[in-house]
Amino acid sequence: MRKALDRRSLLKAAGAGAGWLAFESMLPAWAQTGSPGIAPAMATLAGPDVALSIGQSSFTVGGRTGHAVTINGTLPAPLLRLREGQNVRLAVTNTLDEDTSIHWHGILLPFQMDGVPGVSFPGIRPRETFVYEFPIIQAGTFWYHSHSGLQEALGHYGPIIIDPASRDPVEYDREHVLVLSDWSFMHPHQILARLKQSPGYFNYQRTTVAGLLSGEDRMSAADRRMWAEMRMDPRDVLDVNGSTYTYLINGHGPDENWTGLFRPGERVRLRIINASAMSIFNVRIPGLAMTVVQADGENVRPVETDEFQISVAETYDVIVTPTEDRAYTIVSEAIDRSGMGRATLAPRLGMSGEIPPLREVPNLTMRDMGMDMGGMGGMDMSGAMPGMDHSGMDMSGMQMDGMQMGAADHSAGGHSAMNMRDPENAPPDMAVGVGVQTISPMPQNRMGERPVGLENVDHRVLVYTDLIALAPNRDRRAPSRAMEIHLTGNMERFMWGFDGRRFSELVEPIRFERNERVRVTLVNDTMMSHPIHLHGHFFELVNGHDGHQPLKHTVNVAPGGKVTFDLTADNPGDWAFHCHLLLHMHAGMFNVVTIRPLDGDVS
Amino acid sequence: MRFFAATLTPLVLAVVSPAFAQTPDHSAHRRTPPEEQQMQAPDPHSGHDMSGATSPPAPQHDPHAGHDMPGMTAPQAPQDPAQAPHDMPGMTMPQAQEADPDEGHDMSTMPGMMWPSSPPAAPGPNVETSADNAGRPPETPPPPSANADPAHAADLYFDPQVMAAARGQLLAENGDIRTSVVILDRLEATFGEGADGYVWDAQGWYGGDINRFWWKSEGEGAINGELESGEIEALYSRAFTPYFDFQAGVRQRYTPEADRTDLVVGVQGLAPYWFEVDVAAFLSNEGEFSARAEAEYDLRLTQRLILQPRAEIDFSAEDVPELATGSGLTNAELGVRLRYEIRREFAPYVGIEWSSSFGDTRDYVEARGEDAEDTRLVLGVRAWF
Repeated sequence: MRKALDRRSLLKAAGAGAGWLAFESMLPAWAQTGSPGIAPAMATLAGPDVALSIGQSSFTVGGRTGHAVTINGTLPAPLLRLREGQNVRLAVTNTLDEDTSIHWHGILLPFQMDGVPGVSFPGIRPRETFVYEFPIIQAGTFWYHSHSGLQEALGHYGPIIIDPASRDPVEYDREHVLVLSDWSFMHPHQILARLKQSPGYFNYQRTTVAGLLSGEDRMSAADRRMWAEMRMDPRDVLDVNGSTYTYLINGHGPDENWTGLFRPGERVRLRIINASAMSIFNVRIPGLAMTVVQADGENVRPVETDEFQISVAETYDVIVTPTEDRAYTIVSEAIDRSGMGRATLAPRLGMSGEIPPLREVPNLTMRDMGMDMGGMGGMDMSGAMPGMDHSGMDMSGMQMDGMQMGAADHSAGGHSAMNMRDPENAPPDMAVGVGVQTISPMPQNRMGERPVGLENVDHRVLVYTDLIALAPNRDRRAPSRAMEIHLTGNMERFMWGFDGRRFSELVEPIRFERNERVRVTLVNDTMMSHPIHLHGHFFELVNGHDGHQPLKHTVNVAPGGKVTFDLTADNPGDWAFHCHLLLHMHAGMFNVVTIRPLDGDVS
Repeated sequence: MRFFAATLTPLVLAVVSPAFAQTPDHSAHRRTPPEEQQMQAPDPHSGHDMSGATSPPAPQHDPHAGHDMPGMTAPQAPQDPAQAPHDMPGMTMPQAQEADPDEGHDMSTMPGMMWPSSPPAAPGPNVETSADNAGRPPETPPPPSANADPAHAADLYFDPQVMAAARGQLLAENGDIRTSVVILDRLEATFGEGADGYVWDAQGWYGGDINRFWWKSEGEGAINGELESGEIEALYSRAFTPYFDFQAGVRQRYTPEADRTDLVVGVQGLAPYWFEVDVAAFLSNEGEFSARAEAEYDLRLTQRLILQPRAEIDFSAEDVPELATGSGLTNAELGVRLRYEIRREFAPYVGIEWSSSFGDTRDYVEARGEDAEDTRLVLGVRAWF
């Protein structure tokens, strides 16, 4: 069926009015619009034996067709529905002319099954089949994707649901998977080349003279001068955005309105996965409160919210209870407000709810540059602030407008007295070279703060400190040592790395002793958010909920901020550790975590 | 109509995919009756059966714990401080929550049971980093056994040679990106006194983030006449700060009077306030020393309409009659161009360019019967790929 569809037959079919059906049949059942939800009898792929074939497909969205790399011919890939306690054998066949791989994102497994070429295995050569086999020892919402080249940006991703062996603590009447992603008709290598050639290439929301005169930029001339002096763009929120991306939900563009069905009064579980290459979303369903019950596949104490930010590779499971007989719009708005994904929850097919307009572009602030300008979070001015020259700063004359720096005083006598690239603020092993544009002088723990752009919305917003693990943490040992890793970059050269180095510079791996418990702090020296992912493990966010620290496989480190997690390095082997913004990883923000010894316990 | 749609829906679905044409089986799931929900809501402890904390999953003890609260905005986190101390001695709670230990108890003071929305919650302990510790103190190294063999774990399962090749690929794909670009910064026709002229100013590079091969070329002439001057540079370029590249190489110059080959040393990059600058010094095969400085600035009027002021000045260390060049400041150009980016890569523009010769150079130019000072209208295109 799939192979019989070429572009011409698609167009013909469309002309005959049957194009929609043809398009829908290219999607796995759960991703087809009008899905009543995931039912046990639905044709999803379940264990223990699963066959997956990776190949070229065409993909149509918004009336345009492009080339995709898909699994079993669909975008997104088939839903893998597994059960905790079972063994799975996943035979992956490569029909491409280049190497491929599948990484099982968030799945705890032996390292050689993790699917990262060059770290866990050699990769899957063209026309070869690799059989992944491992026991399933966890439950929750996860996903899978390529770890080869930039295939992930071309459609090589799909959802995984693992049902718990015992009763699910989360009760629901119906469930839908929402795979959020981004699609461009520009090849990802071309996107990357453009970013290297001209870093602001995709940004059509920069500050302008017209915006200054009309006031639409919401930024004073003095602030502009300050950012310009630093050669920083306060509108550089996403490197690649809606100027080239169509934001997808279950493979559907906004106009195609993917629709999930419900009956009024039902508890509907939405399993939301951000499978984007480069897009961080703010997710909301106007008119419906969402109760977050799971983050990254790990249960959390239910917490109700109206909007949450989902960084790349994160997952959130929420319960919604639509009681009215009407359509609700699911909005996944890119955090720079350059576009949105849109889907609908409705009692019947063919309905659509009101679509909210895109909100205004956020302006980054000095806080996103790793400075604490007081007013937020209670800065202790009496405390030591290395690298900051108090005498040179005119704090008294500074106008605080929420988090905005509104003051001429600031640019005149303020930050210039502060060294925004002082090696003293970095660990001794950090390379402060061309790849380090700035070093946060006062990185803040921002886990209790609303994420970028949601500071002032007039409803509830999920923050990381709202996440409390449902089950108590298993390892209650105090960390035996602390580690600091800086997320560094140069936005003008589109260079990204850890501790000032790109992975290609032959960096030392990050070493842990087996079962060692280490407190790791990630310091973001850049103005961009970075979703940092560790393979093969869940780390506990140190967010104040001692004993119930939430477990995550990916954590978004806010611009200029810092995030601390406790890691029990209990899965020996070699593991990838990287920023999940695909092009940041590709530009060098990647390293290998090694856990030794491989055999036996350490005293 | 709605009824009609509802009746048709299963039919449509059946065509699309038989797999889900069936009605989902709800028998396996238990819906909470509304009465139960109402009974639950007033109980502030409903979500906090902490006995579950010691033997997960909690809801096994209380199937409604924390989950069956539709329509209820449950202030989970603020309740915790009130609950946790009972069941979790020794648990450190964030300060902001400790400040009001009764917050979770007194539901009457929370009309509608709404969450406190805006003030940031306590973000957990502030773990100190290098920014808090002057002098870059070293970190505690991992225990020695963390360095145990093998160096590469996957070599135990796969052919080490094949893995080595895969690691090479991994290195290349995570940081070692090679890119190239060709930029036609100015490709323009000029109109003023005298013959209509043309100008080109192009450059490009190939390489990685640090090391690049860089070339530049510029020149001008009369549209119906001969080339007045032209030059091409081939440079090695190395990034030495986040914003600047050091460049060195050779330049070949062509003029109707004489040709020159120069050694070039320069610096190119982005100065504060987003000024693109390019400064270079030249030593010719005749031993003449000269220098040039250029600066450009993009003033975004709108997202696509950009006003670009541009300045260039040239110096010569000595008098070179053959090239009609005097010592000192020889020439200056000041221009402003208004371009419209139809695409980022393609922008037609219109502008005005003023140019002048100075000192002895001016005398040479005037002796030739040319204007030492000129203001011209320019029409051109900026393109890159």
